[in-house]
Amino acid sequence: MTLQILLNLVIGMVWMLLHDEWNMLTFTIGFLIGSIFIFALRRFFPGPFYGLKIWSIIKLLILFNVELVKSSLIVIGQITRPKLNIQPGIFKLETKLKSDWEIIMLTNLLALTPGSAVLEIAPQEGVMYIHAMDMAEFRHSIAKTKDLFEEAIIEVMR
Amino acid sequence: MNVNAIIEILIAVMVLAGTVLSLLSSLGFIRLPDVYTRAHAATKSVTLGILFILLGTFLYFWFVHGLISIRLLLGIVFVFLTAPVAGHLIIRSAYRSGVKLSDTSVKDELREDLKKATQLEKYHSREG
Repeated sequence: MTLQILLNLVIGMVWMLLHDEWNMLTFTIGFLIGSIFIFALRRFFPGPFYGLKIWSIIKLLILFNVELVKSSLIVIGQITRPKLNIQPGIFKLETKLKSDWEIIMLTNLLALTPGSAVLEIAPQEGVMYIHAMDMAEFRHSIAKTKDLFEEAIIEVMR
Repeated sequence: MNVNAIIEILIAVMVLAGTVLSLLSSLGFIRLPDVYTRAHAATKSVTLGILFILLGTFLYFWFVHGLISIRLLLGIVFVFLTAPVAGHLIIRSAYRSGVKLSDTSVKDELREDLKKATQLEKYHSREG
């Protein structure tokens, strides 16, 4: 994948040299043409086309922003209720992610999703302890969003 | 109504929405019972509020002054990177230094597991 990105940058540079116009626009055009070439020749490279990875990163970002908006609305709904009626609690969730980077990403994403904040991680056992703002309401939705995030992260990282 | 007016209204709405979000989450600081639930208000709504305010400012500089300020977008990125880490560290150190959960809390599986673990340790040390 690194090879593909480097090659694409080189194609952009060469395009800029051939045109003898040293600006960002020419480089961008060359970069786009280079990515078309690499896409056409993708079966000669060892890994899959790197555009797929970028697409999965964009999908992860969209998913994350949607969850962030939802969670803010839920938290504000809880706060502005005239009588505060929440039952916070700590529960554990198992994760199938292994490496440090994947777990860091999942923790960061879960901290900004509806009613959940990661309290403690035990990476050896693959267990995360999560503090939920309202156990009854959020327990299942947190597990569901965790699965969504896990799939998206695996798509990006592996 | 021309395009400029529409964009200005959009910018005003975004900045106002960000301000309201920040205000409501500071209300949450006062109303919520313990440090763990307050961390929820601190990480989620405030982050979204900052996102709205900075995006509104970005659009304002872009359309009114014709200036694309990448630094504002970088500000959003760094807030998004640091806010969850800070929230996680605060509640984790609170738990480790023994801050109690509020009385309305219903469950604490971490405490149960820790108890089990210490019992196991005692058990093993007795055997050894």
